[in-house]
Amino acid sequence: MANEVCFKNLHLDKPWTLETYQSTGGYEVWKKILKEKKPADEIINELKASGLRGRGGAGFPTGLKWSFMPRNAPGDKYIVCNSDEGEPGTFKDRDILRYNPHALIEGMMIAGYTIGAKAGFNYIRGEFWEPYERFEAAIHEARAAGLLGDNILGSGVSFDLHTHLGGGAYICGEETALLESIEGKKGQPRFKPPFPASYGLFGKPTTINNTETLASIPLILQNGGKWFLEIGIPNNGGAKLFSVSGHVNKPGNYEIPMGTPFAELLEMAGGMRNGNKLKAVIPGGSSTPMLPGDVMMDVNMDYDSIAKAGSMLGAGSVIVMDETTCIVKALARISYFYYEESCGQCTPCREGTGWLSRVVNRIENGQGRPEDIDLLLNVSKKIEGRTICGLGDAAAMPVSGAIKHFRDEFQYHVDHKKCMVSAAQS
Amino acid sequence: MVNIQINGKMLEVENGAMVIEAADEAGIKIPRFCYHKNLSIAANCRMCLVDVEKAAKPLPACATPVTEGMIIHTQSPKAIAAQKSVMEFLLINHPLDCPICDQGGECELQDVAMGYGDDVSRYSEKKRVVANKNLGPLINTDMTRCIHCTRCVRFGEEIAGIKELGMTGRGEHAEIGTYVAKTVSSELSGNVIDLCPVGALTSKPFRYSARAWELRQFDSIAPHDCLGSNIHVHTRQDKVMRVVPKDNEAINETWLSDRDRFSYEGLNSEERLQSPMVKYNGEWQETDWDTALIAAVDGLKNIVASAGADNIGMLMSPSATLEEMFLSQKLMRALGCHNIDHRLRQQDFRDQDNAPVFPWLGQSIENLEQVDAALLIGSNLRKDQPIAGHRIRKAAIADAKIMFINPVDYEFLFPVAEKIITDPRQMGKELGAVAKALIEVAGVTAPEGLKALLENVVPTEQHKLIASNLSNANNATIILGLSAHTNPDFSTLRALASLVAEMANCTIGYLTDGANSSGGWLTGAIPHRTHQQEKVSSKNLNALEMLRSGLKAFVLQGIEPEKDCADHALALNAMEQAEFVVALSMYKSESLLSEANVLLPVSPFTETSGTFVNVEGCWQSFNAVVEPLGDSRPAWKVWRVLGNLFNVDDFDYLSSDEVRDEVHSFAGSVTADNKIAWKIPNALQNNVDGVVRIVDTSIYSIDPIVRRAPSLQQTADARIPAIHIGEELATRIGLMDADQALVRQGNGQVTLPVIIDDRLPKDSVLIPPCEMGETYLGYESSVVELEKI
Ligand SMILES: Cc1cc2nc3c(=O)[nH]c(=O)nc-3n(C[C@H](O)[C@H](O)[C@H](O)COP(=O)(O)O)c2cc1C
Ligand code: SF4
Ligand code: SF4
Ligand code: FES
Repeated sequence: MANEVCFKNLHLDKPWTLETYQSTGGYEVWKKILKEKKPADEIINELKASGLRGRGGAGFPTGLKWSFMPRNAPGDKYIVCNSDEGEPGTFKDRDILRYNPHALIEGMMIAGYTIGAKAGFNYIRGEFWEPYERFEAAIHEARAAGLLGDNILGSGVSFDLHTHLGGGAYICGEETALLESIEGKKGQPRFKPPFPASYGLFGKPTTINNTETLASIPLILQNGGKWFLEIGIPNNGGAKLFSVSGHVNKPGNYEIPMGTPFAELLEMAGGMRNGNKLKAVIPGGSSTPMLPGDVMMDVNMDYDSIAKAGSMLGAGSVIVMDETTCIVKALARISYFYYEESCGQCTPCREGTGWLSRVVNRIENGQGRPEDIDLLLNVSKKIEGRTICGLGDAAAMPVSGAIKHFRDEFQYHVDHKKCMVSAAQS
Repeated sequence: MVNIQINGKMLEVENGAMVIEAADEAGIKIPRFCYHKNLSIAANCRMCLVDVEKAAKPLPACATPVTEGMIIHTQSPKAIAAQKSVMEFLLINHPLDCPICDQGGECELQDVAMGYGDDVSRYSEKKRVVANKNLGPLINTDMTRCIHCTRCVRFGEEIAGIKELGMTGRGEHAEIGTYVAKTVSSELSGNVIDLCPVGALTSKPFRYSARAWELRQFDSIAPHDCLGSNIHVHTRQDKVMRVVPKDNEAINETWLSDRDRFSYEGLNSEERLQSPMVKYNGEWQETDWDTALIAAVDGLKNIVASAGADNIGMLMSPSATLEEMFLSQKLMRALGCHNIDHRLRQQDFRDQDNAPVFPWLGQSIENLEQVDAALLIGSNLRKDQPIAGHRIRKAAIADAKIMFINPVDYEFLFPVAEKIITDPRQMGKELGAVAKALIEVAGVTAPEGLKALLENVVPTEQHKLIASNLSNANNATIILGLSAHTNPDFSTLRALASLVAEMANCTIGYLTDGANSSGGWLTGAIPHRTHQQEKVSSKNLNALEMLRSGLKAFVLQGIEPEKDCADHALALNAMEQAEFVVALSMYKSESLLSEANVLLPVSPFTETSGTFVNVEGCWQSFNAVVEPLGDSRPAWKVWRVLGNLFNVDDFDYLSSDEVRDEVHSFAGSVTADNKIAWKIPNALQNNVDGVVRIVDTSIYSIDPIVRRAPSLQQTADARIPAIHIGEELATRIGLMDADQALVRQGNGQVTLPVIIDDRLPKDSVLIPPCEMGETYLGYESSVVELEKI
């Protein structure tokens, strides 16, 4: 079964309107929570039961994350939605904002209610102008309908929502850089601890979740945690949006149950372009190590299976590469991205990403030296696990992944000063 | 307390401490660049990565709080591997030309690289080059050397309170610079030179003048303000090359004001007086000490014989040492002269008989950051005593209510709860209104006489707020700053301030002029009391009266009267009229050459031993760090010889220590109580006719040494001569920005450019004391006339 959660209304006419959303039961959960003054613990327990894990990349259990908030402590608290969606290969949150903005609004309000926040921010990637306008329009609708704002539906509960359009830096997707950016500062990750749950936006306790995570909440609470869990498989509950791109016939977003075999997803995406042979797949966005095609064909799309195969589900961004792809060139592109996007505050990432990028480029350009492949492995290992935020790892992992599975291609580049793939083709 | 283990050593550590603090405490070295104990934690350099058992990744020691049972290895293979890799990353883009870097030899990167770096670089790409920034006359930049530790940025944000430096750009393009191209202006800016671990930010005045390993380091005490910041003086071949801070958590922590750091340039000024000089028939002749001393003694003896000892006045720098002050007053009193003063810029002495043993801060310097409310009267704290300003700023950031009654709306880099900007003649009235508000709002019982004095005073909301902020606080203080001391109504201000302090139950304190005003009081360098606090009976003259009384002779130490006294024109005139002037001086300034008859070259603080008593009453002694320049001598020795030549008893001191110990025997344990019953003034000053001049001596014209420090004189704080005037008054007189205007005060008049300045109260102009050719103006807060040219 596809499209059961965030894409539930995708087939309907103008699914983004309040009217359509409400026609399929939208905001009923919110109203019920308000009416019954549902205890926060109950909501959190339901989430824990659902097995929902963060859809932003790290896969942290959402119920557990919410339980860290000091919700009864006095003072302001915030819920922040991460719609920065900057990871190359990821474009699912964009479509949630475009086609199901009310699910996100409802999810954010429920989150705010649960963690004791009276205000929320949705941080939208700078290039997402159309989704931004759509989300803003949805906020207006919800506010006009009295679902959002002061003393909502006479319940005594108040909640307001603000949108913040980013400036176009990938690093602002990292949750603490995102907070800095909302505060009007340069987007630069903060060192953790303290974690946002104790010192977050404007120094107040804050929970940050991905768009897809939050947009899944209303249905989970409507149908129960067990329902969601059982869509997927144990420890990998629910359905997940996969953004499939690359050498397939029908690139796009597919919402499928966790645990669906990759082969099935590939089929949904129309199979390989020109019937070409599958060479490699980046399963979770450009920061996750690539896997050879034949390995992927035996993998199921869930956190545990992909981890077992040596990569990560990440944000569910599946980049498919066929036999015409030069892996060195692909890596050069990826390494350049992280080099450009490093915020530059911590040493291994600031200095190391540029080093990696230059060496990969050198190999790509036929100027590689015999020691370069080991140098790449060594430098990426020196970055990994030693930086302030995950960008350092994100830059390092693709390098070791690509070399691990396709070392011969790198070696060919170094030895022959040209590309193995194009040599084979001509 | 939690128990942890570092490298097998069991330690008991404060809860919440970071691993690096625990290690430092235990003497275990962990390499670091971004961490600094007085700055917030950035954890960006990653140099301090250590191996913590049960943690998957190495953790930064500077940002990892200790937890019970934590086991840490700083030298395990995992830790070393992490540290070495960070070192390699730091070096790939760092120039490897230490021999031409000014930081070479005292570079933290160089030091750590010795332990953790590799011999060969595996990085063969082009190194990054970063354009230098112009940060002004004090700080030199070599930005390619920057390792992005952001200490300088955090210093600006957290300590100096000005975000002047920041990191712009991303990734490899991240650069430190001023956000908008401008130079830095903080009075604490030089601290970034110490903070910068590499040669990116270095001292401009010191640049390329010596290598770190050629320098010898000595401890000393900074001589420009009443805090007495602790310093290290670095010398080479008997010359002072630079000054850097010495840690003293009770006074300056690790910081130093730019004035204390860069004033040393004045020590090596061309104008240094290097041999004794005597004026014969209007002609100066360099001579030997014996001749000059005899000339001084004979000159003074003649005056005593012809006009009496009370026709001599002695003006002493408030930054002279305790020993110098004590010996000089001992000599003068032995001659029968009690006209002795160090309170040169003060003009109201009406209440001096009631003064405490020595007017002091009334609390520790450290307490300044603990207050929850403070009212500062007549204080440009930031510039007058930058380190005290930093302490108060810390309090302000911790939500203390910091309030001011000031003649100028000075810029403070912290939240100011209330401020009253008023004509200096009205400051007493404003303070009176606060007193009245206390009586009315807080319902305290006012002492006799106060009610009557304040009968017609009507407090505003603001006065009430100030009153309630003071009386509601647990730790509140009232402080009289430098411009309160120079106010013509000082006695009223301090009487009212004391009454307010009494009623609001807070401490009262003074921030005083020079480095050693406290010593001036304790040693009896004042006309009305001896060093043993005995009242002196004869009619003695204070600093201002001396200038007004047509005295026949003056003895000066460490001052230039026309720049260091309350009324510049008057001082100049008094010197010119006097028959005989002896100056113990470091410099042969134009004016001294024209005024004096005998010039005796004496040593600045770096060439003599001595003691300063700071504003909290802390005695700090120091030694000479270089030999006296040329023929100059420590002033205490000069006084000693003069004493011998005059055959004064008990004048055979062999060392300055002996002098200090004698002073200590009677003054060492006196405790001063600022809270004494002041006389309630008869009336509040009511005359507000005419336009009044605010003098506002700038931070870099406060004493002869700083006035000769060229780099400081190039900063924005070294004022150009000008008339600062408010918009409203300017319009009334028909003046516009950049006009030229003639200003008359007393007998002086001068033409100056006009600057429109919105910080000033009604009917006031600010004209800093400045050399304007041969012309000097008069008093603080006296009336001036202005005329458009
Ligand atoms: C360099 C970097 C970029 C990131 N970019 C995004 C992003 O664009 N969107 C996102 O949801 N999470 C992103 N994350 C993950 C967030 O930091 C955070 O873990 C996530 O928003 C938490 O939400 P979740 O628990 O719902 O997944 C990024 C992390 C890193 C280290
Ligand atoms: S890892 Fe990179 S992006 Fe993250 S904080 Fe460090 S320098 Fe910035
Ligand atoms: S200039 Fe110096 S202090 Fe500032 S970030 Fe660079 S290395 Fe650090
Ligand atoms: S000293 Fe700890 S990261 Fe810089």
